[in-house]
Amino acid sequence: MVKKVAVLENIIKTEELSFRYFTEEKKENYILKNINIEFKKGQFIAIIGHNGSGKSTLAKQFNALLQPTKGKVYIKGMDTKDKEHLWDIRQTAGLIFQNPDNQIVAAIVEEDVAFGPENLGIDPDEIRKRVDFALESVGMIKYKDLAPHMLSGGQKQRIAIAGVIAMKPECIILDEPTAMLDPLGRKEVIDTITKLNKEEGITIILITHFMSEAVNADRVIVMDEGEVVLDGTPKEVFKEVEKLKNMGLDVPQVTELAYMLNQEGFLIPTDILTVDEMVRYICQ
Amino acid sequence: MSIKVENVSYIYNEGTPFETHALKNINFSINDKEFVGIIGHTGSGKSTLIQQLNGLLKPTSGDIYINGKKITDKNINLRDIRKEVGLVFQYPEYQLFEETIFKDIAFGPTNLNLDQEDIKERVYEAMDIVGLSRDLEDKSPFEVSGGQRRRIAIAGVLSMRPKVLILDEPTAGLDPRGRDEILMRIKKIHEKYTMITILVSHSMEDIAKYADKIIVMNNGEIAVSGTPREIFRQVDLLESIGLGIPQITYLARQLKNKGIEIPEDVLTVEEAKEYIARYLRGVHNV
Amino acid sequence: MFKNISIGQYIPGNSAVHNLDPRIKIIITFIFIASLFIITRFTGYIFILAYIYIVVQISKVPFSYVLKGLKPIIIILLLTVGLNMFFTPGGITIFMLGPLKVTTSGLRLAGFMALRLIFLIIGTSLLTLTTSPISLTDGIEHLLNPFKKIGIPAHELAMMMTIALRFIPTLIEETDKIMKAQMARGADFESGNLIKRAKNLIPLLVPLFISAFRRADELAIAMESRCYKGGENRTRMKQLHIENRDYIALVITIFMVAVLVWNRFWKW
Repeated sequence: MVKKVAVLENIIKTEELSFRYFTEEKKENYILKNINIEFKKGQFIAIIGHNGSGKSTLAKQFNALLQPTKGKVYIKGMDTKDKEHLWDIRQTAGLIFQNPDNQIVAAIVEEDVAFGPENLGIDPDEIRKRVDFALESVGMIKYKDLAPHMLSGGQKQRIAIAGVIAMKPECIILDEPTAMLDPLGRKEVIDTITKLNKEEGITIILITHFMSEAVNADRVIVMDEGEVVLDGTPKEVFKEVEKLKNMGLDVPQVTELAYMLNQEGFLIPTDILTVDEMVRYICQ
Repeated sequence: MSIKVENVSYIYNEGTPFETHALKNINFSINDKEFVGIIGHTGSGKSTLIQQLNGLLKPTSGDIYINGKKITDKNINLRDIRKEVGLVFQYPEYQLFEETIFKDIAFGPTNLNLDQEDIKERVYEAMDIVGLSRDLEDKSPFEVSGGQRRRIAIAGVLSMRPKVLILDEPTAGLDPRGRDEILMRIKKIHEKYTMITILVSHSMEDIAKYADKIIVMNNGEIAVSGTPREIFRQVDLLESIGLGIPQITYLARQLKNKGIEIPEDVLTVEEAKEYIARYLRGVHNV
Repeated sequence: MFKNISIGQYIPGNSAVHNLDPRIKIIITFIFIASLFIITRFTGYIFILAYIYIVVQISKVPFSYVLKGLKPIIIILLLTVGLNMFFTPGGITIFMLGPLKVTTSGLRLAGFMALRLIFLIIGTSLLTLTTSPISLTDGIEHLLNPFKKIGIPAHELAMMMTIALRFIPTLIEETDKIMKAQMARGADFESGNLIKRAKNLIPLLVPLFISAFRRADELAIAMESRCYKGGENRTRMKQLHIENRDYIALVITIFMVAVLVWNRFWKW
């Protein structure tokens, strides 16, 4: 039985997390190096970084698909190295992958959403209820009898999200869920997870290289070469324009503009993220 | 080199209950050395359109002229068209199949029945253009990184020495640095080798930087076409289609509405900075 | 364009036949096929025909679709008829075609074989016309379940079939994409003799296989992350229920078999 605690507890916590695949014990082979982070329940966290920064590997640590080489990862207090807790961990922290097609198992939408609860051995009537609820919460209930190949990329990702919701997770990790989608699909997915975060209180960890998706997060973490190099609110992170550009990352165009104007001696705050803010400051 | 598309329409599954009008009466022309961007949502018809240009699909009605030659003619040899018009699909790295990188890039020219010396020259040339070191020639394409594989795939089309290069979402799935790199390379290729480059994308920002002309597609039709600046002035139309304008252009419009001296069609951050700096200096009398 | 392809011959409908429990339908099909081997007199086929007619009427499937299923086996049919007609010893010779002779026993056997084959195909066609591939998979899984004890991997087989059904349209789309990409590089999938054409398929098959393996890998990881641990303690949302109509269908089928047995052994 899960007890709801009034205090904002840690849903994910890592201690000196380091990871390499089955390669030699050499510093260069480490994909993750001494990561120490804590995520509180109910937050919307964005993790950004260029390809190869280790962000996807980190996502797999949170779902116990990979275990730390050194250090520890705790999901709601459960150690990911503990075989006993493996399935509880995966049920608590669901993972959505980049390729919309390669995570849909069944030939009918509602059967795919039922896949997770079926694996958990849940009573068929309860599964039915969960499937309908999950499809409603991602706005796809009308599509429940369709075949997955008839859906658009954005719709497929929403089905994948529903499939995780049906397992009643406390946290959803999304590993570049929008990388293969068009702008409309991207919007669908981001709107869906924002809604789930705000309305259902589900902790969202969004791994992305689209800066516009990180701008509305509660917290942004920037990774480079397997380490956390920046950690803070979007405003705190994106004002580090030069650092981000050197890592090959983007900042919102208005933030870059503010930075450039600052370089020329104008006193414009460097943590401007939106057009409205910029307009306000210029027109004072 | 020129491309002319005249009253082209394309219908899928004609006569069945699944009939779809993917293209409706398309008319446009592209002149020598132009860098054209085609933008539109999935389903707007942009992918169907580019496949008409190299003969993979034939228009249900209408004609297409490549360099004056009518390719929609009955007796046209499709291989000849594909020599001139090269098409790089989305995620092209998924079409690699040969044992070595050299052989894969050589696939195109080999299909053109050229002699070995000619093929070798073309393969090396293509590798140089996309920035692949010649040392890689004997490696398996599956041994190298994703970014390199994409470049191998593009080289595989360039080795056919096309006069027109069409790329469908070449930045798909890439991170910001990857995106910039590949677009800059495409621009270099355009300037040095091909005569016409067509870039299909759904990113306004990408196209704005490089295109001479933009064609906006919606629902199988051309919604509007013109220079980037002309297009970005039509904000309401773009928004009604569901396409946006770059954030910086949006900012410029807002500022202009507040009476600041800045044109509506600003495309880059640099440009915006110049105008705004000028305004602020004026205001503070610096 | 490929989005509208449906798998197999299934024609959606709401008839009593469509709504039968898939397990019952599979069992009935087996009984039906077995019953074809009871028949030793041509009159027996009349009852079979009557049975088929009733099923087709109830299912509301157009008879032309049923006959379509015979198209692929026309050659085998002709071969069977020919071989039996010309090479059966015994009986009275009816006419000669050069060195080949057609006898009464030949004709009789040829006729029997042909009818048996035809009805066998029609029987299985009716199954696949009225049962969606997913239902069939469910039915097969449930029927194989009791055999888990003797080592038959019922759940794994069902999972393989489900995933195959799920990915067939996706793989067809991908084949199309790869074909187009290679054609854009001058590949030719149409001309040339058999050997040449087989060779020309390599640029299509290699990327397709590699992609399929990659998909399988990613899918396996995705399944694990949704707590898939094999068939142990796994429940199913869709439950199969045997209704009255299933009992009735079974009874009618067994009755037909009884009639065929009577037809065979009764000395008339």
